[in-house]
Amino acid sequence: MVYGKGPLNRILDGVILIILCGIATLSLFPLLHILAISFSDKSAVAAGSVILWPKGVNLAAYRAVVQDGAFFTAFWVSVKRVLLGGGIQFALTILMAYPLSREVNIFRLRNVYMWFIVFTMLFSGGLIPWYITIRDLGLLDSIWALVLPGAVPVFNVIILMNFFRGIPKELDDAATIDGAGPWRTLLQIYVPLSLPALATVTLFSIVTHWNSFFDGLILMNNPSNQPLQTYLNQIVVQFNNSSANMTVDEIERISKLSNQTVNSAKILVSMIPILIIYPLLQKYFVNGLTLGSVKE
Amino acid sequence: MNKRIALHYHLMLFPGILLLLLFSIYPMFGIVIAFQDFSPVKGFWGSEWVGLENFKYMLEIPDSKRVFLNTIFIAVMKITANLVAALIFALLLNELRARFFKRFVQTIVYLPHFISWVLIGGIVGQMLSLDGVVNQGLELIGLDSVFFLGSNNWFPFVIVGTDVWKEFGFSAIVFLAALTAINPVLYEAAEIDGATRWQKLRFVTLPAISATIILIATLSLQNVLNAGFEQVFNLYNTLVYESGDIIDTYVYRMGLIESQYELATAVGTLKSIVSLILIYISYQLAAKFANYRIF
Repeated sequence: MVYGKGPLNRILDGVILIILCGIATLSLFPLLHILAISFSDKSAVAAGSVILWPKGVNLAAYRAVVQDGAFFTAFWVSVKRVLLGGGIQFALTILMAYPLSREVNIFRLRNVYMWFIVFTMLFSGGLIPWYITIRDLGLLDSIWALVLPGAVPVFNVIILMNFFRGIPKELDDAATIDGAGPWRTLLQIYVPLSLPALATVTLFSIVTHWNSFFDGLILMNNPSNQPLQTYLNQIVVQFNNSSANMTVDEIERISKLSNQTVNSAKILVSMIPILIIYPLLQKYFVNGLTLGSVKE
Repeated sequence: MNKRIALHYHLMLFPGILLLLLFSIYPMFGIVIAFQDFSPVKGFWGSEWVGLENFKYMLEIPDSKRVFLNTIFIAVMKITANLVAALIFALLLNELRARFFKRFVQTIVYLPHFISWVLIGGIVGQMLSLDGVVNQGLELIGLDSVFFLGSNNWFPFVIVGTDVWKEFGFSAIVFLAALTAINPVLYEAAEIDGATRWQKLRFVTLPAISATIILIATLSLQNVLNAGFEQVFNLYNTLVYESGDIIDTYVYRMGLIESQYELATAVGTLKSIVSLILIYISYQLAAKFANYRIF
């Protein structure tokens, strides 16, 4: 784009710059606010004097988190579900995207499969039948309940399928002539050529697994099987549930009693994995999202 | 030859298809619960049929009307607000040339998208409480403090506001992509014709991305019944059921807390069917107005 010159345009640029800085500050404010709270003294927080700078800096809240066994049990469950669930999603995405990227004249039933998986994305039986199915399969309170029901990320399959379709067919033919079967073509040609797209879908499935709380809430009755987000939801929602039939004043009093510094520290510690992979995510997701959307 | 290769393709698809059959297709048969006097012991193959009784009951109780209206109200406001906020943000960012600053701002505004509603619910709960930072700000400028999460007047707007805060940056990505695809020659021509900055925005930029705007608007039609379960669930409480209870939270409470399986499934089924119709309409509109095809 050609940018205007002249004093008026300079002023306008300045105004836009300031507005954008304001927007960025607004985006970051809540996170910095609880960061400040987590390092502050309990009484300073209760008095409401902490905004962006910690008052009475101490590590008591983080010490409390480190000593909280339930927190780390839940943290470990989350790590397990990310490794197991992310791994299974990774394998299934590759295995499904490849056959679906073939032309109908090579793979006659391709469109049948395609409609089938799209249908599962568009329609669902709803929460209750889903829950009863998993219960009847005997998966309640098992790590597999957090992993298997969402093991096929249909949206990711479609992204990767579209990416596979963009790989030149000549490579495929060359591999076939050299005697490679479909498995070898997939693993030694398609997978290595699709690393950016694979990185995108994998990062998304890691984030989704790390952030899920609801399956843990309804499928895990034993607290020691619940993932971190479910555990934190209990701390937050505990207050909501206990507030049934209470007046506004009573709810307020209870919310004051909850330990803000420790809760803030827990929230921040739970965010660490996301913050660690965020630079990677940002590198890939913009390209990755548009990669799969290009069609011939 | 082709047949032998196809066999391998079937093999590759097999595990995924099996899991989809088990966890997506099989539960669809569970919709029959909505037409039954469901007994958890007999399961959905053995329970007694009652025809449309559950749907009649659903239409009689005031709850169901309330949750459908709340859902539509919150969802439509979210869709509109997010679209407008994302568009304005993208246009502002597009006006600046400092690439480093642009990247810096983008890095910050995309971040909330990746943080879960559980964590954001915890943060928002603290900030909006009576002694939280927002109410302190209100008192500072001489206004009365407000119990945002306990007031039926405020709650829907808290939901919309926090959703815009979390998602506007990420929603702007599509617009930013469309903006970079505009041919610079158009701007040069406008410059030569003596167009002002405003005129360039009005006659070059906006027409060039109008197809994208229409596409996003039509595709978001399918979310009219999705008001955001995870968000509402992490922010609401009994005081704001009247304004904040949505279809998905209602189905959860009726079905899994109060064990009214039939009612919950009836409400959920109605939602699934209407959603499917909305998806169909939105894809038709997107194909017609923006030349969009899913695959």
